[in-house]
Amino acid sequence: MAANVAIEAEGLRKSYGDVCALDGVDLKAPAGTVLGLLGPNGAGKTTAVRILTTLLPPDGGSARVAGLDVEREASQLRTKIGLAGQYAAVDENLTGAENLEMVGRLYHLPKGEPRARAGELLERFELSDAADRLVRTYSGGMRRRLDLAAALVARPPVLFLDEPTTGLDPRSRIALWETIEGRVSGGTTVLLTTQYLDEADRLADRISVIDRGRVIAAGSSDELKDQVGGERLDVTLDSEADTEAAIAALEPVAAERPSLVGGVLRMPVRQRRGAIAEAVRRLNEAGIGIDDVAMRRPTLDDVFLTLTGHAPAAENGAGTGEGER
Amino acid sequence: MSGFRNGVADTLVLARRSLLRIPRAPDLLLSFTVQPIMFVLLFVFVFGGAIETPGYDYVDFLMPGIIVQTMAFGGFVTALGLAEDLQKGLVDRFRSLPMSRAAVLAGRTLADVATNSISIATMIAVGALVGFSFDAPLAHIVGGLLLLLLFGYAFSWVFAYIGLSSSSPEASQSLGFILIFPLTFISSAFVPVDSMPAALQTFAEVNPFTVVVNAMRALFLGAPAGNAIWGAVAWSLAIATFFATISVAKYKRAVVR
Repeated sequence: MAANVAIEAEGLRKSYGDVCALDGVDLKAPAGTVLGLLGPNGAGKTTAVRILTTLLPPDGGSARVAGLDVEREASQLRTKIGLAGQYAAVDENLTGAENLEMVGRLYHLPKGEPRARAGELLERFELSDAADRLVRTYSGGMRRRLDLAAALVARPPVLFLDEPTTGLDPRSRIALWETIEGRVSGGTTVLLTTQYLDEADRLADRISVIDRGRVIAAGSSDELKDQVGGERLDVTLDSEADTEAAIAALEPVAAERPSLVGGVLRMPVRQRRGAIAEAVRRLNEAGIGIDDVAMRRPTLDDVFLTLTGHAPAAENGAGTGEGER
Repeated sequence: MSGFRNGVADTLVLARRSLLRIPRAPDLLLSFTVQPIMFVLLFVFVFGGAIETPGYDYVDFLMPGIIVQTMAFGGFVTALGLAEDLQKGLVDRFRSLPMSRAAVLAGRTLADVATNSISIATMIAVGALVGFSFDAPLAHIVGGLLLLLLFGYAFSWVFAYIGLSSSSPEASQSLGFILIFPLTFISSAFVPVDSMPAALQTFAEVNPFTVVVNAMRALFLGAPAGNAIWGAVAWSLAIATFFATISVAKYKRAVVR
């Protein structure tokens, strides 16, 4: 294995009784990058994280993190990883500062270091004012920040974040994204699981799309989008009454017959270059009023739908790239 | 030996964490103080007049038994805490850290020794108010107190296993109660064994609770000891060793529910 690969898994398999959670999963993350593990609830994301963080032995396959085998070298590996799970895994009856100091002691940081690190992290996560309050008085967002801070106490070179923003308000999500980006620019490798496409799109250098225990696609966000198809033209008319006339006028520009989706005429284009100018000219000539014209790349929503035949987070559609519409 | 030193350090970090909880969630303190007081008073004044205990006042007969029962239940905090830690994902965090695999359990059971000490002190004080008095040399009394703590520690490990096996903190409570309550009652703790039906007598005589309670009566009241004291120590060590072993094994593969 190359020294600069921080996370590498080959053929990971895991079953719980009859339920197959992972069915031969390969993953790879070069050091200093973010690998996004994208998939719906129950896809196997958490199982993969649990195997890579030494919490669960795989039934088959192998994995190395920071150059160490997750099974044979588990105890050394634990000094090199930080984990923030789906729950805020912090003690409610300790203060924020006490929680972080406890984690620092359990990493066996040198004397004095746990307290110093706790102070630094509380400051960075804007929890200084609440440092000496019991965690049970914290809001959900504050607990999540504290949980992430706990994962960072020992400055681990590899960080595992299992759905770190599920249930957070938009402002806290963005703040957390910025923190993660800060860590990565400092050289940390991150494996991030998410069911939110905008999150994977923004943070991940490479994305592995996982569904029913298998990786069904892998690549950068752009590569995945290209896999689904090229760019398309979206035209919004002043009046929907002009739809048929507009379709006729745009015939020469469109690679196939335009379809009307939510009041927007949508079509793949024959040629990207000049497509907008050409469309505007033809609609003007036909005397059709235009409200908006834009070229759009496919979203990760489209990718997911095309690859799996179902929407990414069907059960709780919150945050599934709504901003892209 | 840095592994061992880290294990001890980790255990102390986690024992401190457990003890910090007590002043912060003081309702828990009721179980170490008010509940034992309640048991002493109820048994002495409700049952005391009805139970024949040849050779002893009922309060003297009762105190060793009821303290042993309280020790056996003292570990419930360990079960409760572990079940909560599992539910909230804290066990996942601890298991991902480069810390001793036994420390989370050892820290909790160690903290129970401190809370059990509070219980013993409370009960002896209340017992004294309602007429209990020691009738033994100081060395025996001190030995008895240490035996109580050892027996309580052994049952903390039983509760550790219960906590790791329960689906929720509530379930851990009822499971512990169902398992331990009959053991304490079918013993010499509250009534003389020879007052029971023959089948129960047979069980009561081999019940470790009977052995420990008889040892306590020997150490606190000067009753004939027989093999009870060494038997009590042996039972306590055996229970602690067995449940510590299976609990640590279970912790290593604990999963979030």
